[in-house]
Amino acid sequence: MWHSIVLVKQVPDTANISGKVMKEDGTVNRAKLPAIFNHEDKVALELALRLKDTYGGKVTAITMGPQRASDILRECLYMGADQVFLISDRKFAGADTLATSYVLSEAIKKIGEFHFVFAGRQAIDGDTAQVGPQTAEKLGIPQITYAEEILDLSDSKITVKRKIDGGQEILQSQIPVLITVIKDAVTPRPFSAKRVMAYKGAKALPDLEKMVEGNSLLYMDKLLEEYKERNLFIPTLTTDDLDVEVERCGLSGSPTKVHNVESVVLASGSHKKIEPNKDGLTQLIVELMNDHIIG
Amino acid sequence: MEITNKEVWVFIEQRSGVPADVSLELLSKGRKLADTLQGELKALILGHNVQSIAEKAFTYGVDEAIVIDALALEHYRTAPYSRLVSNLILERNPRILLFGATVIGRDLAPYVASKTKSGLTADCTDLKIEDVVYLKKSYPQLLLQIRPAFGGNIIATIITPDTVTQMATVREGVMEMHKADSPKPFKVESIPYEADPIDEIVQIIEQHREENKVNLKSAPIIVAGGYGLSTKDNFKLVKELAHLLGGEFAGSRAAVDAGFVTPERQVGQTGVTVRPKLYIAIGISGAIQHRAGMQESQKIIAINSDPDAPIFSIAHYGIVGDASDVLPKLIEAYKNKLK
Repeated sequence: MWHSIVLVKQVPDTANISGKVMKEDGTVNRAKLPAIFNHEDKVALELALRLKDTYGGKVTAITMGPQRASDILRECLYMGADQVFLISDRKFAGADTLATSYVLSEAIKKIGEFHFVFAGRQAIDGDTAQVGPQTAEKLGIPQITYAEEILDLSDSKITVKRKIDGGQEILQSQIPVLITVIKDAVTPRPFSAKRVMAYKGAKALPDLEKMVEGNSLLYMDKLLEEYKERNLFIPTLTTDDLDVEVERCGLSGSPTKVHNVESVVLASGSHKKIEPNKDGLTQLIVELMNDHIIG
Repeated sequence: MEITNKEVWVFIEQRSGVPADVSLELLSKGRKLADTLQGELKALILGHNVQSIAEKAFTYGVDEAIVIDALALEHYRTAPYSRLVSNLILERNPRILLFGATVIGRDLAPYVASKTKSGLTADCTDLKIEDVVYLKKSYPQLLLQIRPAFGGNIIATIITPDTVTQMATVREGVMEMHKADSPKPFKVESIPYEADPIDEIVQIIEQHREENKVNLKSAPIIVAGGYGLSTKDNFKLVKELAHLLGGEFAGSRAAVDAGFVTPERQVGQTGVTVRPKLYIAIGISGAIQHRAGMQESQKIIAINSDPDAPIFSIAHYGIVGDASDVLPKLIEAYKNKLK
């Protein structure tokens, strides 16, 4: 049975960032930003779901992130993912792409046998497009980046159309393979109302911990048992569950360091003001012509 | 960690015997970095029949070309390229390795960085060598990898103090291409290609390229529209003005996301960097990512309904007004002058 694992990420809505959300060490305090499902990852999930619709199998979505990242895992369930995992631990915080890929690859190994790993080409907060390839390298499997369409799947090979600079190419890869997907590939399906009803109460471990913290009448063990029984527990992987070397995770496992962060300060412009009327605009045209800027 | 190697390497991307512009731009920058380090600049060339590419690299100041020439390397594929480049990095430990942030560079660089446990910074807009003190430790001559981050509200300087090879990718057009005043004597180290079964794990079934019809980089006049245009219909005015002025039309990332223009016409950090004679920014607020791609234009005209839009801070001429109102008037005024 084909098994696809989809890497998804919750990202800060980068349109709404101010200096107030930066921490002293130069990293962003994501807790203070509005968070959204990285669109290309949603497209990757859609592609995995369509692969399942056509060829059968199972789709697992995983994300590494803090407690509230479970939001997008619930969204994955609403779209049709068969199972989801939250990978969450304080020790994973501050990870660059290399440390992230390391933890993701260890989590994938833990989840079990797989044939495909799907991911969005890049996430809007860093635009690096590095986590996909680096996860492939850590897993020791081939990669196809910038995928647009899956053309064929046979017993041992998958054929994929991908974008290249100035054109397209068709690649055939052995399985397992990691595939990163560009945003135009497919349109993600809407949530299924039935699945929203079924899973809106799903909670990951940090969600339950938060509930317990705020209510002295609740006990963690009982709560966990209850959610598991109701099939609403999102399995959560921490350093205890993974075979990771802690020094390779998070900030300590990240070779790239933020040395300096400067807020962008705009000098007040010394531009010439042009009135948006016939005289002003004609004057502008004349000036540009005299300077031989336009013909 | 004792660092003795001061070599700067540039991965030369090529197709059908022609090196990518971005690779030559990186050689020009790499020459400066190597001079600061007092080290050598090396061009790393993988492909088939690449002699002429090696020769061309020397006109951009290379000290030596490292060449792996084989039929199996004619077209880029992740497996053989990443295997060969990674092995060379682990064996030779260059101090710096630069890649173009093209589809190939963005496929290859992260895989190699992971394999060699190197740090990698994507889409740098500037690269510098400086002595750095980080967490009270001194690091001489580190590569500062500078890029806008998080929506463009900050400029981050990234360092990789504890890795042997410092890696970065740079978009096409960001660094200026210039030939060396006095090229070094031609010197090539040819490394034989040894096949590995892993190289054949992914096969190219078909490849199809179209000549890139859009050439923003060499357009003398660019008229660019942003999200502020609100509708595709308004964007038609941008195209009309560009056509009238004999220039090209372009868009900000927001315009691309909104479907007003195709990605190859995107100006900015994650698009193309341009330096035209005239750049007209319409309905573009001017986030740093966009400015990074056009601020060196000779003359900049900004048209925006928000008088506080950051674009005005770098404009030479500013027009506060709605594009749907200003553009027809501007087009009219120009037509009248032509009569």
